[in-house]
Amino acid sequence: MDIATALFYLVAIITVGSAAVVAFSRNIIYSAFSLMGTFAGVAGIYVFLGADFVAAVQLLIYVGGILVLILFAVMLTHRITDVEITNRAAGRIPALLAIGIFIFLLVQTIRETSWAKAKEILYAPTTARIGDLFLENYLLPFELASLVLLAALIGAVVLSRKELRE
Amino acid sequence: MAIGLTHYLVIGAILFSLGLYSVLTRRNAISILMGVELILNSSNINYVAFSHFSSGNVEGQVYAIFVIMLAAAEAAVGLAIVLAIFQIFHTIDVEAAETLKE
Repeated sequence: MDIATALFYLVAIITVGSAAVVAFSRNIIYSAFSLMGTFAGVAGIYVFLGADFVAAVQLLIYVGGILVLILFAVMLTHRITDVEITNRAAGRIPALLAIGIFIFLLVQTIRETSWAKAKEILYAPTTARIGDLFLENYLLPFELASLVLLAALIGAVVLSRKELRE
Repeated sequence: MAIGLTHYLVIGAILFSLGLYSVLTRRNAISILMGVELILNSSNINYVAFSHFSSGNVEGQVYAIFVIMLAAAEAAVGLAIVLAIFQIFHTIDVEAAETLKE
């Protein structure tokens, strides 16, 4: 096994393991912090796939933004001292059965389908090509994205401010 | 066995199932949002893996960036709603917010 394969399996184990902690931990603080491992591991997987720009965006937005938002929400809504019971779960066994069957079907499908193959597999910088696509074929979605972000910004501010009652 | 498309798709499938498990079983609104983030990450892995192995161009990565952008908007609005629910009900248990039923 060469070193790249070993590294891939290491990153995959980190990603899946911390995602399992997110799903199964009884303590929401552990869930929130191990979400960081998942996001960083997914960024590593993007690096293995030669997607340098997406990996950087993943680190900036997920680890730097969304994770901090989630941690803020956890800290603002729980008394940290009685953290033991904060992450209640119900219906574990039917859910485990359901996702067991589901993952079995997914893996069967993945193994048995013959996916299309690219003519050549490139490891080249992608930023320039992504920028070209954003300003040519995907110009309208790109502009709509800024509108969506503006609406989300205003919505979040309106929803979370305190109302003054007379 | 060389690392191929199948490995990445299986990682995506496992992440999706763990996220689905979170969404199904958790009674805590923030944990449900974390499960949704896992699901969005798994779909992104699939987009980027197919763009690398199957299509050979970067359009899949463009879609992945759109998904990341929407995840950011979803997290901001979702957590603001959770905070508003917490101010009204003093809990974020999703079974507590059932005033609309009555």
